Amino acid sequence: MRELSLNLLDVAQNSLTAGASLVEIGVLVNTDKDLLNIYVKDNGKGMTQQQADAAQNPFFTTRTTRKVGLGIPLFKMAAEMTGGKLALTSQPNVGTLISANFGWTHIDRMPLGDLCGTLTVLIRMNPHVDFVYIERFNDKEMTLDTRELREVLEGVSLSNPDVIAWIEEFYKENSPLI
Amino acid sequence: MKSLEELKAIRDKAKSAINVREESDAGTRIVVGMATCGIAAGARPVLNAFAEEVNRRGLKDVMVTQTGCIGICQYEPVVEVYVPGQEKVTYVKMTREKVAEVITEHIVNGRPVTAYTIGAYQN
Repeated sequence: MRELSLNLLDVAQNSLTAGASLVEIGVLVNTDKDLLNIYVKDNGKGMTQQQADAAQNPFFTTRTTRKVGLGIPLFKMAAEMTGGKLALTSQPNVGTLISANFGWTHIDRMPLGDLCGTLTVLIRMNPHVDFVYIERFNDKEMTLDTRELREVLEGVSLSNPDVIAWIEEFYKENSPLI
Repeated sequence: MKSLEELKAIRDKAKSAINVREESDAGTRIVVGMATCGIAAGARPVLNAFAEEVNRRGLKDVMVTQTGCIGICQYEPVVEVYVPGQEKVTYVKMTREKVAEVITEHIVNGRPVTAYTIGAYQN
C-alpha cells in the first residue's frame, strides 16, 4: 500500500462485509500533538475480542481462498512504522472500531493519498449503506453525512453519477487536508 | 460552494430520467476485485474509471460492481466481464488507461481485448 487512503479503503471493506448499515470514518490531524488519527467505526456484526486480536495477525483470515489476511496487519504496520499504534475493539452484534495513530511528520508516514477516491468508491459501491466522513486539520473540519444527502435525494440513489460528482466537488471545496 | 440546492436539482433531473433502473437489472456486469491485493495493486482508480466511462457513454444496461479476492493476487487489478450469453472474460493487470479501450471494444463493440486478458499473460 502506497497511500493511507488505500489502507483506509481496505479496512472499511471489512465493515461492509460485516453487514454494517452505518460506517463512520475519521481522518484527523492535530499538529500540536504531531498526530494523525484514522479510524473506522461500524455497526456491523462485530467480533469477540479474541477474534479482534487474531485479526491483527497476518496468518489469520476468515476467507477460504488463501491462508493469509493482510488488510489489518498492513494498516497496523503503517502506523507502527511512524511510532504510532493500532487499536481494534469490537463487540459481537454491536460493531467494531479500528483506530490507528500515526506520527504526522514522521519520515515513514505514507502520504494520505486520494481520500476522495476512497470515499466515492465506498459510496458508489454501497449506496444502501450510510457513511459519515469526517476530516479535521487542527480546528478546521469537514463532515459529509450521507444520511443528510439521502434526505434531500428522496429515493434517488447515492450512486447516481451526478450525485457522486457533487460529492467530489463538495470534498474539493471543503476538505481541510487539501 | 456546493449547496444542497444543487443536490436537489440533481435529484429532480434523476427522477425525470426515463431510464431509472435498479441494481438488480440483468445486463452486462463489470466486476472489479477489491480485496487487499486488488486495492494495493491499483483497483480503486480502475473501478472509478469504469464507472465514469459507463456513465460518460450513457450505457444503460451495464453495471460496475466489486468483489473480494479472486485468488490470483499476482495479476491484480483483476476485472471480470460478464456479458449475458457469453463466456466470462478476465482482464488482468488493469490500469485506468486500459479502461476506455475495454469499454469501447468489448462492452460496446462486442470484441474482448485479448491482449489484456489472463490468457495473454499466462502464455
